[in-house]
Amino acid sequence: MAVKLKLKNDDDCYGWPIISLHWLMAVAVFGLYFLGLYIIDMSYYDPNYKTLPHWHRSLGMIMLFALGLRLLCRCVDRAPRALPGHGHATRLLTKTAHALLYLLMLTALLSGYVMSSADGHAVAVFNWFSVPALPIEMHHQADRAGMLHYWSSTALIALSCLHALAALKHHFIDKDSTLTRILGIKRETP
Amino acid sequence: MNTHLIKSLALGALLAASPVYAAEYVIDTEGAHASILFRVNHLGFSWVTGRLEKFSGSFNYDAADPNSSSVTITIDAASVNTNQAERDKHLRSSEFLDVSTYPEITFVSTSYKTNGDGSGVLKGDLSLHGVTKPVTIDVTRVGEGDDPWGGYRAGFEGTAELKLKEFGIDYNLGPMAETIYMDFNIEGVRQ
Repeated sequence: MAVKLKLKNDDDCYGWPIISLHWLMAVAVFGLYFLGLYIIDMSYYDPNYKTLPHWHRSLGMIMLFALGLRLLCRCVDRAPRALPGHGHATRLLTKTAHALLYLLMLTALLSGYVMSSADGHAVAVFNWFSVPALPIEMHHQADRAGMLHYWSSTALIALSCLHALAALKHHFIDKDSTLTRILGIKRETP
Repeated sequence: MNTHLIKSLALGALLAASPVYAAEYVIDTEGAHASILFRVNHLGFSWVTGRLEKFSGSFNYDAADPNSSSVTITIDAASVNTNQAERDKHLRSSEFLDVSTYPEITFVSTSYKTNGDGSGVLKGDLSLHGVTKPVTIDVTRVGEGDDPWGGYRAGFEGTAELKLKEFGIDYNLGPMAETIYMDFNIEGVRQ
């Protein structure tokens, strides 16, 4: 075993941009979700009533940019080959699950942005810069986007857990390189 | 006495009892010459103001017999607007108005007692958040008369003072925000 980090994906392994974006988002997805649940339950007199939502929005916007970058990487670079041990059904399931993960991330992040930018409010990112609101406006935009934000995030967490369990199953039961290649570890005998 | 005479007398008595100018007015929400505003104190520092944008209603009013006045107003709770989208979302949620369960806020008057100077005390039942409570509103007539377009209008203003907790809304916004003031500006067109 050896850690080999390359810029581009190859047949057997992912390149470092995709690897780092993958793990960054893994942390962000779970972190933002539980931060979001905590925010919902905060009382008006909580000292963090204003700061935590500000951080949640800021990190969400940064993740939206990171997702854009990741989708760009996926477009310009090929994915590693499917593992020989994976049958037709496994490949189809994998592709569907990955596509859904991207779709749910995009939905959760965009709905969060649309909710926060309702009434034409720009969304501030850590007092660093702000993202202007979309030029369109919907009736009860914050409420509708809020519902979508909650349910897409919850579905994303459920699917992410399944995704992690599947990776562990491949690693410990099937003993293939599904998990190692997103860690940048190349096995001498694949 | 024959039945014809009895009917005539009954009709005459009815006419004498009914006010000469008794009239129904429809609240002019279409032209937005009526508004329902509210104020809540923010932590003791300032006032948050908002509007209930969508409502309809009518009133009966007669200057010669003001004590027979009555009014009914129905408000779309989801139309709450404090000019801050995420706060309005919160106000519509189950922590405040819970508009999906209680879509309407209604006020139905039960009595009106004139002070003799164009003002008076209006009592009625306010249904808010599924709870109906009697409220008292000091009402002042702003004016009445012919409008420039061939209609006849009358307008009133009044403020209701209520505690959200009494209507089952128990979100802690602090001691200064327990009382909410609802300002009614009601102009009606005589039908």
